[in-house]
Amino acid sequence: MIAYALRSVAQALLVLLAVALIAFSMFRFVGDPVANMMGQEASQADRRALAEQLGLNDPILVQFGRFIGDVAQGDFGISYRHGRKVSDLILERLPATVELAALSAILATVVGIVLGVYTAIRRGGLLAHIIMTTSLVGVSLPTFLIGIGLIYLFAVELRWLPSFGRGETVKIGWWTTGLLTPSGRASLIMPVVTLAFYQLTLIMRLVRAQMLETLRTDYVKFARARGLPESRIHFKHALRNTLIPVVTIAGLQFGSVVAFAIVTESVFQWPGLGALFVQAVQFVDIPVMATYLLFVALVFVVVNLIVDLLYVVLDPRLRAGRIRPVG
Amino acid sequence: MGSSAPERSTRPDMPVPVLSVRKLNVAFATRRADLVALEDVSFDIARGEILGVVGESGAGKSVTGAAIIGLIEPPGRITSGEIYLQGERIDTLPLGAMRKIRGKRIGMVFQDPLTSLNPLFRIGEQIVETMTVHLDISPARARERAIELLGEVGIPAPEQRIDAYPHELSGGMRQRVVLAMVLCTDPELIIADEPTTALDVSVQAQIITLLKNLAKSHGTSVMLITHDMGVVAEMADRVAVMYAGRIVEIGPVRDVLKQPRHPYTQGLMGSIPTLTSDADRLVQIPGTMPRLDARPPGCAFHPRCPRAIDRCRSERPLLTGDDRAMVACWLADSREAVS
Amino acid sequence: MQKHQRMPVTRSRSFRSSLYRAWDSDLAWNFRHSPVAILASITTVSIILLAVLAPWVAPQDAFDPGAVRLEDGFLEPMDRSPATGMLYVLGTDSQGRDLLSAILYGSRVSLLVGFAAVGFSMVLGVMLGLVAGFIGGRTDAVIMRIADVQLSFPAILIALLVFGVGRGLIPPSQHEEMAIAVLIVAIGLSHWAQYARTVRGSTMVEKGKEYVQAARVMGRPSFAIMREHVLPNVLGPVLVIATINLALAIIEEATLSYLGAGVPPTQPSLGTLIRVGQQFLFSGEWWILFFPSMALIVLALAINLLGDWLRDALNPRLK
Repeated sequence: MIAYALRSVAQALLVLLAVALIAFSMFRFVGDPVANMMGQEASQADRRALAEQLGLNDPILVQFGRFIGDVAQGDFGISYRHGRKVSDLILERLPATVELAALSAILATVVGIVLGVYTAIRRGGLLAHIIMTTSLVGVSLPTFLIGIGLIYLFAVELRWLPSFGRGETVKIGWWTTGLLTPSGRASLIMPVVTLAFYQLTLIMRLVRAQMLETLRTDYVKFARARGLPESRIHFKHALRNTLIPVVTIAGLQFGSVVAFAIVTESVFQWPGLGALFVQAVQFVDIPVMATYLLFVALVFVVVNLIVDLLYVVLDPRLRAGRIRPVG
Repeated sequence: MGSSAPERSTRPDMPVPVLSVRKLNVAFATRRADLVALEDVSFDIARGEILGVVGESGAGKSVTGAAIIGLIEPPGRITSGEIYLQGERIDTLPLGAMRKIRGKRIGMVFQDPLTSLNPLFRIGEQIVETMTVHLDISPARARERAIELLGEVGIPAPEQRIDAYPHELSGGMRQRVVLAMVLCTDPELIIADEPTTALDVSVQAQIITLLKNLAKSHGTSVMLITHDMGVVAEMADRVAVMYAGRIVEIGPVRDVLKQPRHPYTQGLMGSIPTLTSDADRLVQIPGTMPRLDARPPGCAFHPRCPRAIDRCRSERPLLTGDDRAMVACWLADSREAVS
Repeated sequence: MQKHQRMPVTRSRSFRSSLYRAWDSDLAWNFRHSPVAILASITTVSIILLAVLAPWVAPQDAFDPGAVRLEDGFLEPMDRSPATGMLYVLGTDSQGRDLLSAILYGSRVSLLVGFAAVGFSMVLGVMLGLVAGFIGGRTDAVIMRIADVQLSFPAILIALLVFGVGRGLIPPSQHEEMAIAVLIVAIGLSHWAQYARTVRGSTMVEKGKEYVQAARVMGRPSFAIMREHVLPNVLGPVLVIATINLALAIIEEATLSYLGAGVPPTQPSLGTLIRVGQQFLFSGEWWILFFPSMALIVLALAINLLGDWLRDALNPRLK
């Protein structure tokens, strides 16, 4: 078990290192850092001096090492477009994205599991069919259209909810939250639903498929043969077995919610990291792009790690390092 | 008691049989047509008796077992026939009432003990669960009883093993646990569907003996479904041979094995290797059993039967005989005896 | 059935004949009896036809700045141009572009990028999968690791990243010309992993089969073996993936264009039109948003339904 944990951590670090390499390459080789900082008019001599100062003539490995060091200390360079420290930009916009992503993930998971179990148990029923068809449509549509659709319905026609921005936010330390004000909460509703939608359908289908498969297993058949009531079979035997693989995949989804937020933030002009990233792509703001990549990779890796370790806790078959049969 | 008792009992002076199946027909609805899986299957099992049901894969043995315990799922359904448990009709019971019988009065053992047990729960929990659902018993008392049962089925140190997970036990151990789970409600009938097929050969004999002893000591009847004649020879009192959804021969084990009357049974007997047999090769019955959608008219076996006569091709033989032994073959009918 | 008398090794059946076999089977029966599949495929084919024929069918060349009259901007559906009398069936956008034409041309771009991206990722993925499965060992481990990691990142992120990097590497003067190419590469790169995974699995299975062993013994070069024997047999599932990926690619292109990181503004695709249309959501010119959205929805749904049906029909477990 310890070996498994260590292996997972080692793999995680490897992935981070690889991503760091890509980020470094972007910083160093895409576009010209010197030109970006000095503009077109600078003289050759000035350029060479700056290059020397930035350490651009050192061996690559050294530069990479320096890069890692900088990153570890939280120094991600200066944004080409904004002229400010990237780390500042990130911190500023982090709360917006985190609130959005966390609420979406929770919504998607809870509702996804409930609907998934329901459509599996009541397979063939009318409501189950409606839910499945709606989910199919939902999955086919691009997220931004769903967002726009919601805006049209709730902001333009019904005028219940605001159509962009975070509303009023409250600053606590360096964090800003929208949960403490009515306008903040109202502004959260549509973006959260939009972002959650895709995840929700994914989780729902996954749970449903897993549940249907579990209901076909021998131990469920045996449980039926033992005369156990259907409710107990569904909610005790089948559900626990269903949720284990679901936890893995759902957990992985959590990680990607942060990245999926890119589109939702653009639709609702949500001042988060995703919107920052899109701007960076439009203006080829390399430092921001590379840092965002690192950030997302970090989130993924951490989430993956947690899920890996959680799996072991949940499945007793994995807990015993070696399976020792008795008798 | 309810509906009419079975028309005939196996022995007129004996009490009502534990299980009585009368002209059971099961069919599966498919896109094109209904496929008949069981056709007019009838047999009895007396109290404390072990009936072996043999046949090739697809002959309908498992379907029979599933029908009795009420686990036939759509697109399958019982199209006609009656099933009686201790003289009470059970095939027409509503779902709730059948659930009370299932697991309590009729138990079922499946082929693969590893997949029969939920890997996430300890074996003790699963045994206790069965008891608390069916019996009016406290969890504490149920746990004591579970430990007793584990000891009875031959699991060493049951007080400790009771908290083990299924994957921590070997195949033979798991099947013993399954037997304990099935016996914990003291059922009147156990249906064992290929209970030893998934086990190592060395363990098979142990489980067979165990099952036989348990059945005798608890007075439980057993319907033993298997494709292995050897297992039947070891364990059963009577045997029913199934072919293409019908019973073709039924009778006491020793008689049927020593003097099989149906050509199919004869073929099967010729294919059991024994140390003392003279034959150099196993006699294999040529051809294969017809699929559900390709059953020939008349006797289903006639295409493979070395002694088929014209009548076999057009008319389906019915089970005839006395209380002890019956066979469905025109040739066995004394009036049609072939010289 | 084809019989080859010369070689003891059975030459794997050509792709063509597997296609015939597939047609003449449960799959075709399933198709004929599934109204959804029929409707979806008719819709898809119609849209593709319309898009391909856009230059001849559309009333106006939406991509030609010269053909567009700024004064005709914001006209409602079924209005006529006050100057030329041209009928704008679906209205005009802020630039005076005929929306119907814009949608037709936009679908054209979307489909072009979609098909090209799918082709790109298919070729790349299949190649890498073949190599990984056939050669095995370290190469296999490395390729699969990369594929695994990539599969856990959302495609949008990867596409955006590649697009951004591509932009950074290409001098600004060429941005517009290269945009579509970069876009195709970006979307293609975000999807190759699934092909690779599937093909690798099938390749490993095929590798163990006798006719491949025999070919190796006979000294055929690996590449030829892969191409002639293994490839035809692994293509089946690849097609299913491709169909589903087509829908994903089209939606991804729309999303990227919506975000402003896709096709250049002078060649708007459906995504770009929607982006523009969203600005006018509150001011009442609803058609600028509505019609392109409808077009995208219909296209996405049709292809998705088709892909879904295909996947279910070919899935042995659900039968």
